[in-house]
Amino acid sequence: MVITLNGERFELEQPISVAGLLAKLEIDPRRVAVEHNLAIIKRQTYPEVIVGEGDRLEIVNFVGGG
Amino acid sequence: MIAGRTLKSRLIVGTGKYSSHAVMAQAHEASGADMVTVAVRRVNISDRSRESLLDYIDTSRMFILPNTAGCYTAEDAIRTARLGREAGLSNWVKLEVIGDERTLFPDNEALIEATRVLVKEGFVVLPYTNDDPIACRKLEDAGAAAVMPLGAPIGSGLGIQNVNNIRIIREFARAPLIVDAGVGTASDAALAMELGADGVLMNTAIAGAEHPVAMADAMKHAVIAGRLAWLAGRIPRKMYATASSPVEGVIGR
Repeated sequence: MVITLNGERFELEQPISVAGLLAKLEIDPRRVAVEHNLAIIKRQTYPEVIVGEGDRLEIVNFVGGG
Repeated sequence: MIAGRTLKSRLIVGTGKYSSHAVMAQAHEASGADMVTVAVRRVNISDRSRESLLDYIDTSRMFILPNTAGCYTAEDAIRTARLGREAGLSNWVKLEVIGDERTLFPDNEALIEATRVLVKEGFVVLPYTNDDPIACRKLEDAGAAAVMPLGAPIGSGLGIQNVNNIRIIREFARAPLIVDAGVGTASDAALAMELGADGVLMNTAIAGAEHPVAMADAMKHAVIAGRLAWLAGRIPRKMYATASSPVEGVIGR
């Protein structure tokens, strides 16, 4: 199964929740925002939203800027 | 005071381009600022080793203002603003829609459009704009919480290029006026405040200085001095001298 994660091709064995994917990637969910197929995912729904074949995911955080 | 939030300092600083997070934290402290800008970027999936910016910002004292830097369309800026709201703790955004890579000048048309959309969604929008009084007026009409005209191109350090436009924007603006970008040194920040700006936003002038912490301190004082001078009301400019000492009673005349 293939998704597009931050613009790159990313392989998954099976559909997974956003919370599950963040844990797998070792990303602290409190420090990021997630967009799933162009819709913002509220943090409290990370365990319920399932990422599947062909989905487009953006995971962003804050970096230095002006 | 912007959109009901009172800031102690009229200086707003960035978090980019510092040699280290530790230097940044010291510069922030020296600047006295209580609002800092941050950028919203993709998490590096393959390398999770990099420390988080937020570990170096005391969020109990500093208000985080996410920007939409690097966005070239209203659509991307709106998406980025929404992501920034979700990643952060507020509905505030420093809105940038860039129109040209070399100058980083804003695309005013797209900026006004994005402002309109985000204000409808409940955002407090602080748009980075050209030093154009008409664009600033349109942004205010679109619901912007402040107008943030550039002094000069981002990171150029050229200082305020069109003093007269900033003066006119001051006259026109009902919303707070923040001069954003172009500051090179303390006198540039002081000038912005002397022209009646309510605040100054800068990043490179501090982060890129030889001694960022010392420059942050200089900027703090410059903004305070400029504000006091604006309130004090400067003397008119004249072509010729007017003696400060009495002209009567000079010996030998």
